[in-house]
Amino acid sequence: MAGVAGWGVSVPVWRLDRGMLARAWDTPALPGERAAASGDQDALTLGVEAALECLRGRDASQIDAIYFATTTPPYAEKHAAATVAAVLDLHDVMTVDVTGTLRAGTTAMRTALDAVRSGGARAALVVAADMRPAEPSTAMEQLFGDAAAAVLITAEGPVAVIGEASVAEEFTGPWRRTGDHYVHSFDGKIETESYARAVERAVTAALADAGVSPDAVARFAAYAPDPRTFATTAKRIGFAQAKDRLFSTIGNVGAAHALVALAGALDETVPGEHVVVAAQGEGADALVLAAGAGVQDERQAWTLQRALENKRLLPGYERYLRFRRLLPVDEENEPPSSTIRTWRDRAQAFALYGVRCNVCGMVQFPANRACINCSVLDDMTRVRLQRTGSVFTFTLDHLIAGEYLETPVPRAVVDLDGGGRIFVEVTDCEPSDVKVGMPVELTFRLMHEGAGFKNYYWKARPRRDL
Amino acid sequence: MPGIKDRVAVAGVGATRFTEHYEKDQEDLLVEAVEEACTDAGIERKDIQAIWCGVYYRFTGLSGTTAADALRLYGIPSTRVENYCASGMDAFRNACFAVAAGVYDIVLACGVEKITDQGSRGLPNVLRDSIPPFMPPASAPALFAMAATRAFSERGWTREDLARVAVKNHANGAKHPKAHFRREITMETALDAPMIAWPLGRFDSCAVSDGAAAVIITTPEIAKKMNHKDDFVNVKANGLAVTTSSPMHNPGFDYLGFPATRMAAKQAYDEAGITDPARQISLAEVHDCFTITEILTYEDLGFCEPGEGAAFIRDGRSAAEGDLPVNPSGGLKSFGHPIGATGCRMIGEITRQLQGRADGVQVKDPELGLAHNLGGPGAVCSVTILGRN
Repeated sequence: MAGVAGWGVSVPVWRLDRGMLARAWDTPALPGERAAASGDQDALTLGVEAALECLRGRDASQIDAIYFATTTPPYAEKHAAATVAAVLDLHDVMTVDVTGTLRAGTTAMRTALDAVRSGGARAALVVAADMRPAEPSTAMEQLFGDAAAAVLITAEGPVAVIGEASVAEEFTGPWRRTGDHYVHSFDGKIETESYARAVERAVTAALADAGVSPDAVARFAAYAPDPRTFATTAKRIGFAQAKDRLFSTIGNVGAAHALVALAGALDETVPGEHVVVAAQGEGADALVLAAGAGVQDERQAWTLQRALENKRLLPGYERYLRFRRLLPVDEENEPPSSTIRTWRDRAQAFALYGVRCNVCGMVQFPANRACINCSVLDDMTRVRLQRTGSVFTFTLDHLIAGEYLETPVPRAVVDLDGGGRIFVEVTDCEPSDVKVGMPVELTFRLMHEGAGFKNYYWKARPRRDL
Repeated sequence: MPGIKDRVAVAGVGATRFTEHYEKDQEDLLVEAVEEACTDAGIERKDIQAIWCGVYYRFTGLSGTTAADALRLYGIPSTRVENYCASGMDAFRNACFAVAAGVYDIVLACGVEKITDQGSRGLPNVLRDSIPPFMPPASAPALFAMAATRAFSERGWTREDLARVAVKNHANGAKHPKAHFRREITMETALDAPMIAWPLGRFDSCAVSDGAAAVIITTPEIAKKMNHKDDFVNVKANGLAVTTSSPMHNPGFDYLGFPATRMAAKQAYDEAGITDPARQISLAEVHDCFTITEILTYEDLGFCEPGEGAAFIRDGRSAAEGDLPVNPSGGLKSFGHPIGATGCRMIGEITRQLQGRADGVQVKDPELGLAHNLGGPGAVCSVTILGRN
């Protein structure tokens, strides 16, 4: 057997009011809001955050494999799972990216289950994250959202996976060619019919595999292109009570949708319940899960519900356009960078390793051979810094790379809990929110693309109450 | 160790106007400043035996050729000095020590920067070829703004306290023919200006300017036979202290001043025999790259007690007519900061003050003058004491 032993979600703090998008383009408004990743987020950083939420307070040392599922990987060549591993300080692991399909999350989950069942991995971490590009003014722009979820698979996970099935169907829609800016779609019935057909076949087969009837299923966590298709398909399978709470709050979150919904279901499930997870894309995957004793003990403080409630409305569409880099900017003046330095500093930059002086005890970052306080040489112990602290001092910087910005970048010197001082940008808030003494937590973000590659590092954001 | 006290003399000084010299390049500026200094000293270019030239940006010039090519002085030692924004005064320090060592009779310390050639707002973003991933690319104002934030939080200072520095220095600079900005400003102008890096606004920040400055250095014995035989100025001391370029990563650093200034000042005061700087120093040119820097520097230099910096300006003590005039030239606030040039310009200002021929505001009968050049995020500091012969 193998099952889910832990889960976590990451939802960007920013929401776009769909009414605002409708007003911007004089188009009909879909109900509710959508999640919009900040300009310093991508599928990888969303995924890293979900992985950290999933593993909060858990032992990660048993993880032998990391799967990263997305349709929007940061790179065409260079996978993201190894970056997740670097942040988690895991090195002797298999890292796999599953991309190119909306069912990447469920496919990764099935693959991880196989790895654990076969003994190839003691534990496997599945991270699904997506940030799909939607053409401005289209319904997709209103519908799509950005989010991530992570699921930890172990042999003894209290949520056993008792049935699985997949079907493949060659079908074009929705799609995005290499080089396309946006997702394309027929926007027609043939797509929703293809969806329903594939999901029904896969779910029915998985239920048969598990020996569970549809009316014994308490929760249906599934990707669907839109809320109506979700409802009609669920009804067609026989899940009369199925509900999706993502479309109206954060949107269609693509390859992450099924796992985000699963995390929400597991937050609320009780022992004895059955949960079905499904996603579609050129076919479909379905898994049947049985919540066992102890499932409630695995719930994290940061539930999907809290992630949905933790939101700030973007004050205008312009901010979203800047986040997505949808406005052309001439002469990008990216900061200088170096792939070699980033590699050399990887333990510091990704896993947040500093050092503690064995003589004077001062925790310091970045690491140096000589202590910044007592200058003793080579008498340090490596320590991982904590990701919480408070603002010691800050500024709101308008001058970036020789350009004067209307919106300043908050920069803060943060004293970390447990020692160490770090200099970071502050994100996920308005600049005027930043104050001396403000409690913050570190969040992994895309800094810039100097030297032509993605430079990731940590930023601070207002600390959540966990 | 004999040190350099009274063993080195300033024989002549020169400087271009500091402004946006779009029509001139760094060589034009260097020639102008050096020719003025040579004329002031009563020597010719060919009398120079060695050169130290402060240059920060590589687009201004690399190596000793920056000065050698400009002056067509080939075949003698010429060194480019880079030590952040203190590059100019470190060039001066090297030149002084060479004369004190008895290796040369007459040397040139100079500095130049041609920042506007880079065409950016604020300082050009070419500080390093690559930055480590854990160093977000912050602007220079941002690094000093964090000191102001801390002072506001700890000391209760306000943006009004900062604005007083801008008003004072622009009032002084308005009278100086070589200043970039020669206009007085009001408190309202300073406070209403756009933000650069909160809490520092446009008038809390020095400008990006071009310029060059030069100092001819010799021994007191030789100086007695030169132009200023009766009023040459003696070098009483120079201190240079270097701390970390990453104060933002230094646990426990309080941001309420800059240790490099305190350490450089201690070196200089010890050598010059100064025990009570507030009484013994007649005037100072300090590195007001940002208004907060000047206020914190009052404390770091011992002009007042820690925490009393804002009161020092509020009470008018650093005003031109105060008991310890600071930046009577108008400072970086009025001149801007062509990085490599600033340190040598300060030496020139103090020299002319001590000789009673200041270009702008003349302080009455000064005996000892102090010049303070601060670099990086408060990481490098050079303090020079000059005295009447």
